[in-house]
Amino acid sequence: MDDQRLTERSVDQKEIKISAKNVQVYYGETHAIKDVDVEIEDNTVTAFIGPSGCGKSTFLRCLNRMNDTIDIARVEGTILLDGEDIYDKRVDPVQLRAKVGMVFQKPNPFPKSIYDNVAYGPRIHGMAKNRAELDEIVEKSLRRAALWDEAKDRLQAPGTGLSGGQQQRLCIARAVATEPEVLLMDEPCSALDPIATGQVEELIDELRTNYSVVIVTHSMQQAARVSQKTAFFHLGNLVEFDETGKIFTNPEDSRTESYISGRIG
Amino acid sequence: MSDASIPGPAAPATGKKSSLLELDARTKRRNAAETRFKAYGIVAILIGLCFLVALLVAIVRNGAPAFTQTFVTLDIELEAEAIEAAEASVVKTSQYRDMIRAELMGRMAAEGIETDMDANTLGQILSSSEAGQMRDFVLENPDRIGETVTFNFLASSRVDGYSKGRVTRESLERDPNLSPAHLDLVDQLEEAGIIERTFNWSFVFGADASDSRPEQAGIGVAMIGSFFMMLVVLALALPIGVAASIYLEEFAPQNRFTDFIEVNISNLAAVPSIVFGILGLAVFIQLVGLPQSAPIVGGLTLTLMTLPTIVISTRASLKAVPPSIRAAALGVGASKMQSVFHHVLPLALPGILTGTIIGLAQALGETAPLLLIGMVGFIASNYPEGVASGFLDPNSAMPAQIYEWAKRADPAFYERAWGGIIILLLFLMTMNLIAILLRRRFERRW
Repeated sequence: MDDQRLTERSVDQKEIKISAKNVQVYYGETHAIKDVDVEIEDNTVTAFIGPSGCGKSTFLRCLNRMNDTIDIARVEGTILLDGEDIYDKRVDPVQLRAKVGMVFQKPNPFPKSIYDNVAYGPRIHGMAKNRAELDEIVEKSLRRAALWDEAKDRLQAPGTGLSGGQQQRLCIARAVATEPEVLLMDEPCSALDPIATGQVEELIDELRTNYSVVIVTHSMQQAARVSQKTAFFHLGNLVEFDETGKIFTNPEDSRTESYISGRIG
Repeated sequence: MSDASIPGPAAPATGKKSSLLELDARTKRRNAAETRFKAYGIVAILIGLCFLVALLVAIVRNGAPAFTQTFVTLDIELEAEAIEAAEASVVKTSQYRDMIRAELMGRMAAEGIETDMDANTLGQILSSSEAGQMRDFVLENPDRIGETVTFNFLASSRVDGYSKGRVTRESLERDPNLSPAHLDLVDQLEEAGIIERTFNWSFVFGADASDSRPEQAGIGVAMIGSFFMMLVVLALALPIGVAASIYLEEFAPQNRFTDFIEVNISNLAAVPSIVFGILGLAVFIQLVGLPQSAPIVGGLTLTLMTLPTIVISTRASLKAVPPSIRAAALGVGASKMQSVFHHVLPLALPGILTGTIIGLAQALGETAPLLLIGMVGFIASNYPEGVASGFLDPNSAMPAQIYEWAKRADPAFYERAWGGIIILLLFLMTMNLIAILLRRRFERRW
């Protein structure tokens, strides 16, 4: 099976995980996202880049229906996760968010212990039958987030007492603990120093083996470093979506080129 | 704004660079303003402290005497025949009174205190409650008839006032209740150890007494009334208030209807409490038919008054929880309710507790609505019997009792009113202490 997957990857025919068609988002009267079509592949890091206020975060929040929590936000169009419309009336956003995890811009651990932070998701979803299983999930998640070695001796210490980079990795551990299929990251490194950023980026690359990762970033270098696909948003439009290499070396749209070379944005 | 008002940048024009070592006029003015402002603040705090100290001194000075009381100690032999005769008579207490007076005369003769007063005049030294007290004892302890029992009878309020320095010989010149000659006897009785001033537990635990017997009045029953009212307020206002605020803050859609509710809650918090009193009278007593003067009605009325306070403070503390916590919970797939109850509410709890305690303190000290629902009743009977009677039987409340005493004519009641305030404040401080301890317990560091 592994061999088969390798061949698949080499010919670049990955499964489509999320397929968005003709998505429009309105904040009250403001038309924030216009006609966005994106196909996000499995086991791929997809980066959304663009200037501030271009709608990339808004679009990201459509993918797990976090925009539902904003009263005035309205989403139109279809977004399919594994072929199922996530905006279907029968879909419970709570169930969706268990499948599509999210990491936020500012590290936001709960004011609880490190253990409880990670165990919270599995607990509310009933993923562990007993304490031992829960311990296992916590350890696995912290290992995946590359935080285990630093945190294993102080699992009962408050999560808020960690450094910024550790807090963000704790949030990633918390997100992966519920075994999501897609991981959305909204500028996960903007509050971190370069060393912590490096650690998180390394982590993102590892996460790709298990998840489809979508990352919003302000740093084009970061997009270039971690992603395979890149989408460039500008003023609510998806300007260009292609292989990261192509976007950064040979963009088709002149706006993309101006942004990448620093002339606009 | 003209250039003249900005002297700073004008300096280079003279060709001289401004030095950091000397302050320019603008900085000086700014610093002076800051110093002045700090001085105002300190003065304001000092004035506040002065008032507080004056208040506390006044309360303690006027109220402390209420906690001691003058007693007359007498050993009385309970002769079976005398008691039978007393119980057979029409006015039963009068013969007990005679027994006590005879004993007092006898005691004085034994101590060598001479007087030409008759027993009845002499008896004015004692509170008129003495006969009832003795009879109650006899009825409760029939097996002790035949023994000699030591009684602590209350001295009359004039004698008590004399021992506290409130009553002087001059003030008794035209007093029908006691004469200066009595005071000479009191002095001698005190020397003989028959009259004594001791701590007055019956003020803390006793019931109110009639207008003419301030020495007998206590705040205990009113305290129980207040306690049962607070139970009602806590049991209703806290859950209703917190549930309403959680719904309004976290779940309710933003529309005209919720805006309307919001405005009205704020308005309710500013409604004079007497309005709630008349509402309580109309709804709970006249419409629903709950018993008058009962702590349950008082509690319900005060609940109405306290709810807006609790709702407003709970909403404020829910708002203060950072939205990132809600996002984090939703992000891992928690439902809205889970995010509220697992994360938001625990973080808001200290603030909710503070609001609740402020609301309860307000309710505890509220008098006006109680006047309207009749909770100023003079409660001659004693403690409520059991919990149900505590809620349903007529009772008073501490502030209403204090108000009642303050408006009575006898200055001895004035002292009780201040003493009642001390107890009310102690009650409040206990509640605050509990709240602070709970806060400590729930507070989390970020």
